[in-house]
Amino acid sequence: SVTTRDLKKITLDVNSNSVAQKIYVEVNNTVPCVRLLNATHQIGCQSSISGDTGVIHVLESEADLEWPLTKGPNPPYMILLESHLFTRSIMMKIKKESSRIAGVTVVVPNTSPSEFSPHTTCPNENTGVYSDTYGPHLAHCNTTVWNPLGNGLSYEEFDFPVFSLKEDKQCYYDHNRVVNGSAPQYPLCAMQLFSHMFAVTDTATCMRRNDVINFSINPEMVCDPLGDFNVWGSIRPYNRSQLGHRDNESVVMAAARLDSRAFFWDVSTGAEGSISGFVTLLAAAHALRDVTQVAPPTHNILFAFFQGEAFDYIGSSRMVYDMQNGKFVIDLDNVHSLLEIGQVGLRNGSDLFLHSDPVSRMNDTVNDQVREHERYRCSLIHRHHRLVDNFQSSPLPPSSLQRFLRAQNIPGIVLADHRAAFNNKYYESYYDNADNLNLRYPPNMTAEEQLEFLTDTAMALTEVATVVARALYKQAGGDGTQVDNIKADSKTVTQMLFGFLVQANNSWFQALIPPELKDMLSDPPDFYVGVASSSPAKAKPLTRLVQFLLANLTGTATNLTQDQCQKPDDLPDESVQMYSYLWVQGTVPHNGTEKGPFCVRASVRLSQALSPAFDLGEYASRNYSTWTESRWKFIKARIFLVASRDLEMLTLGVGVAVLFSSLLVTYFISTKADVLFSSAREPASAAY
Amino acid sequence: MTAAVFFGCAFIAFGPAFSLFIFTIAKDPLRVIILIAGKANEGLAAISEEESSPISVREMAYVAGLGFGIMSGAFSMINTLSDSLGPGTVGMFGDSQYYFITSALMTLALTLLHTFWGVVFFDGCERKRWWVIVAVLCLHLVVSGLSLLNPLYVGSVPPVYVIMLLMAVWAFFSSGGSLHNLSLLWTCRKSNAETSS
Repeated sequence: SVTTRDLKKITLDVNSNSVAQKIYVEVNNTVPCVRLLNATHQIGCQSSISGDTGVIHVLESEADLEWPLTKGPNPPYMILLESHLFTRSIMMKIKKESSRIAGVTVVVPNTSPSEFSPHTTCPNENTGVYSDTYGPHLAHCNTTVWNPLGNGLSYEEFDFPVFSLKEDKQCYYDHNRVVNGSAPQYPLCAMQLFSHMFAVTDTATCMRRNDVINFSINPEMVCDPLGDFNVWGSIRPYNRSQLGHRDNESVVMAAARLDSRAFFWDVSTGAEGSISGFVTLLAAAHALRDVTQVAPPTHNILFAFFQGEAFDYIGSSRMVYDMQNGKFVIDLDNVHSLLEIGQVGLRNGSDLFLHSDPVSRMNDTVNDQVREHERYRCSLIHRHHRLVDNFQSSPLPPSSLQRFLRAQNIPGIVLADHRAAFNNKYYESYYDNADNLNLRYPPNMTAEEQLEFLTDTAMALTEVATVVARALYKQAGGDGTQVDNIKADSKTVTQMLFGFLVQANNSWFQALIPPELKDMLSDPPDFYVGVASSSPAKAKPLTRLVQFLLANLTGTATNLTQDQCQKPDDLPDESVQMYSYLWVQGTVPHNGTEKGPFCVRASVRLSQALSPAFDLGEYASRNYSTWTESRWKFIKARIFLVASRDLEMLTLGVGVAVLFSSLLVTYFISTKADVLFSSAREPASAAY
Repeated sequence: MTAAVFFGCAFIAFGPAFSLFIFTIAKDPLRVIILIAGKANEGLAAISEEESSPISVREMAYVAGLGFGIMSGAFSMINTLSDSLGPGTVGMFGDSQYYFITSALMTLALTLLHTFWGVVFFDGCERKRWWVIVAVLCLHLVVSGLSLLNPLYVGSVPPVYVIMLLMAVWAFFSSGGSLHNLSLLWTCRKSNAETSS
């Protein structure tokens, strides 16, 4: 939700009176599971509007579930789980008996389990290219299950709140321990979770309610569509005022995804799932900068970074839709071929796999193109690389290429480190982090030293980036003699990996962005796509960071001043229609040679990544992503003690008794007042 | 601590004050005004047509005392009552879990004490018994000081109730009551019972 995302960043000071401070302990840094809706379902978690209160019970094992679910005498319970117990079987058992369960909290883990993926086993199975009409034997992961470790928890619906919190079991150990099977004594330690979601049922319902509410005095939306902005750039610029088909234009596209997700809101990283891919593509784009100036290839090369791919291909479906409707600088007929970088960070040895769509290859022209592409790659085999052509019958993994194929038969290849199932054991989960990519730094290094250090992961991805860059160049008809000069820069790759996975606020990232956007780097970047915004200035920090990275890596530094950078059209050689001009911080080297801020000119743009379903008003669409995120008022958790029901009823009883007895006594005294308080002593006339 | 505790504590704290208000104050609008406004007697005398004061000293004392008692009770209890509505109870940081009940009982005692002190104080002023005034002031300080013993509730609540009972007896006597009247009441009832049976 847009408004509450800002509230999350502001510390809430709730308790201003001391009695409340004696009772409640606010829990900081809570991460909720929120409700998401699509055309048919609602997923995620919900609390009641006044919060859900439950007696805390720390779960020790799966067998221990018996206490809160059946045996315990003080329902409802708030179950506290260690992260290794956060499994499908336990959560499903809790879901069944949810009348006795107020909510679940998961302790933030320090180490990763051996495997965990809350995503489905077949990601985006309904919005890919394979369906009952296109490759039916390949649809719904009939031949290859891409994410076999997926337990689908992210797509379940829970009617109780689920939060992720830092460990705090002191209160439980003081008050709630079960000793020898006997129930603990009151007062007991309890927790209350607030995460009331406004939207219900599905996207069509919540969008309809959005429209209705707009007419009322106090408009309050209930949900927002997910979305953000795609980043795209090209070797040769396109005039952005000329949209639609371009004659005699055949563009080689290269694509990667930017976003990822996790079970809990806003805590995903996607190190292997998305970062490995887009960092490789950025490095490849960087490697192509110089050679395409010296020896330009025949075809143009367009780099596209798609947002929202985790949610039924929001970004790529939007770009395809724009291409089909003449709203993009090129259209689908202009696309020569598409090379997508999938998950490439966990190669076994040095294998890289080329996935292509067997159904489209039944068309000879397409098949020839794909074969050409593969030949380029095989011709680029280095000493220790093996590029393996995947077998004819194996489908494409979940990828943006599938959305292009849905619209038009385009030759395409997806590059990945897995032949069949993902190598990624933590697909779309909180654990897909730097450790998953084996990103290791020697001990006792400062942040700046780590930034520059060439990790093994970085070297591996640099090799992939080199292969990608060379293949793109050859595919675009570049000069064969120049190919060996194309090399990706490992320093750039390692700096990008450090920035996205360890610490975004480093000197290199700071040099690439405008000085006024420095705050963008203060938090770790969110890799969750979040709700759509209308203006590119409000795009997510991750998207803007990739935009500035692509601009700096593929564009040229100019001599323009800051004012000229804002309004380059005044100058004869510059054109806002062809390029975008970005004023960036620039490096401030330690030896004192001030480089200072400068103006970068690059053919890098942002294009909206909002599902076409929302523009068309088809909120129950089967063709496009219909994901929305519910809005909420506030999300918080607090811990306190609860008294026994007996004590409460005793208090009420005593109160009623006092009230009635005082009424009786007072009535009695007031009727007999003349007898009781004789007026003999009172002076006849009052001195008053 | 939920609605049960809220209503229980509200009844304990304000039950007697409420019943006193209903049966002795509400019938007479003048008393309502004095309850709220305190020393409004001169203004009232100015606008009334009778020569004598519309309200006697004793009534004035009683009503003013009750007014102060209700005010004091409200200020000390309302905040606590609103927190008692929530799901939690006091005790997380080592306080007693009987916090709400004892607060309500103290408020009850203080309300009645203010009423009795008002009656006794006015009587002392009328009869120029200065030691009465000093005693009332000292007892006020003692009762407030006893609350410093909290959370040792056994040290604060019973002594305050003992003082309240003593003040009740004192106020009864200084407002015209006597043992003779009590025995009259008793025999009256007895004879009523005899004649009716």
